[in-house]
Amino acid sequence: MSSTTVANMDSSSKVRVATVWLSGCAGCHMSFLDQDEKIVDLAKQIQVVYSPLVDVKEFPENVDVTLIEGSVANDEQLEVLKDARTKSRVLISLGDCAVTGNVTALRNSWENSDKEVLERAYKSPEDLQAAIPNMVPKLLIKTKPLHEIVKVDFYIPGCPPSADLINYVLTELLAGKTPNMEGKAKYG
Amino acid sequence: MSEKSMITLKIDGIQVSVSEGTTILKAAKDNGILIPTLCDLEGLTPYGGCRLCLVEVTGSPKLFPACATPANLGMEVTTNSERLKNYRKMTIQMLMAERVHMCAVCVANDHCELQALANQLGVNHVEFERNFTREPIDSSHDFLVIDRNRCILCTRCVRVCDKIEGVHTLDLKKRSKDTEVIMDLDESWGNSCSCTGCRKCAKVCPVGAIYIEGESITQTKHRDVAEFITARRNSK
Repeated sequence: MSSTTVANMDSSSKVRVATVWLSGCAGCHMSFLDQDEKIVDLAKQIQVVYSPLVDVKEFPENVDVTLIEGSVANDEQLEVLKDARTKSRVLISLGDCAVTGNVTALRNSWENSDKEVLERAYKSPEDLQAAIPNMVPKLLIKTKPLHEIVKVDFYIPGCPPSADLINYVLTELLAGKTPNMEGKAKYG
Repeated sequence: MSEKSMITLKIDGIQVSVSEGTTILKAAKDNGILIPTLCDLEGLTPYGGCRLCLVEVTGSPKLFPACATPANLGMEVTTNSERLKNYRKMTIQMLMAERVHMCAVCVANDHCELQALANQLGVNHVEFERNFTREPIDSSHDFLVIDRNRCILCTRCVRVCDKIEGVHTLDLKKRSKDTEVIMDLDESWGNSCSCTGCRKCAKVCPVGAIYIEGESITQTKHRDVAEFITARRNSK
């Protein structure tokens, strides 16, 4: 695991945190919010600068910690991930989809899964006059977990990861420590 | 049968005394040292296939599977060095990368030995690119189902079918990563004439590869299978 920490950050200003939603069900974001009153303590130390939960359109520069939910399934998500990586000091894979691909990667078992899932979703049964949408981002041939594309600093598996685990990892990072995941993380 | 003589050896620096012929795994377990295992199941013939129980023996550059290596007089065994921990993490990762292991959509979620070991050993991601297999799923049997994409080839089912139930319906075909658990001479399960439907294969499966349709996984796996098998074995 990387030795990257957020310890040497300027303590006078709040830690800049971003969350990103790729191919996932938003369950990990729900779990993030499910920290309940602990999120109040967290809010004293962090500032959420980009997230589906806040109204910011562009991923900002100089983000300290970025939590990414979901896998990379299309070309837009590929761009978003690469952009987030270059602008973040610490990047965390949040949840099973980001870590393993999970449900979103089940299509990978099919050879041309990018075409086959769309055919199945939009053209079957074939007598329905449906067309495959072409105004949306193009699917990648295989859905990939984040670390197969960019360097990931920490992993929080779970479907979803528990609110306590998310809180533990963030609290440790804010204290300048490296979270110890042994016996804590749980797939599924 | 003459009484077996006792031998002493050192496991993780602790002097232990066991009867001759005891495996390193059993000797360690009897003395409170737990070595991670997947293919091993008390009462079944050791297989040594999963490689999780590999241990170091002083004086040998080789690693030994604790489940299939008898303890010897004066042996010095190390069960939990940094090297072994790393190898175990790597083994778990290779098992998870070999076929489709997605816990969230698996029938054995929270009752899976592979998942539990991954969590316990802190395997929080898989470094290898995952292989997405499309092995055949057989649900032709009245209530037993096999999803080969979740199989880790531990052969517990094959061994329990052969050694305990005594029918040898299950066996393996092909080699290496293409290995498949088959019924009879590669029949569909529903057409297998030797299967007695005893369900032992589902009970011993450490993952969610063999399960019972219409029965919750807690019900299938809640009984202490090892105890049951050992009792059956000793009573014969």
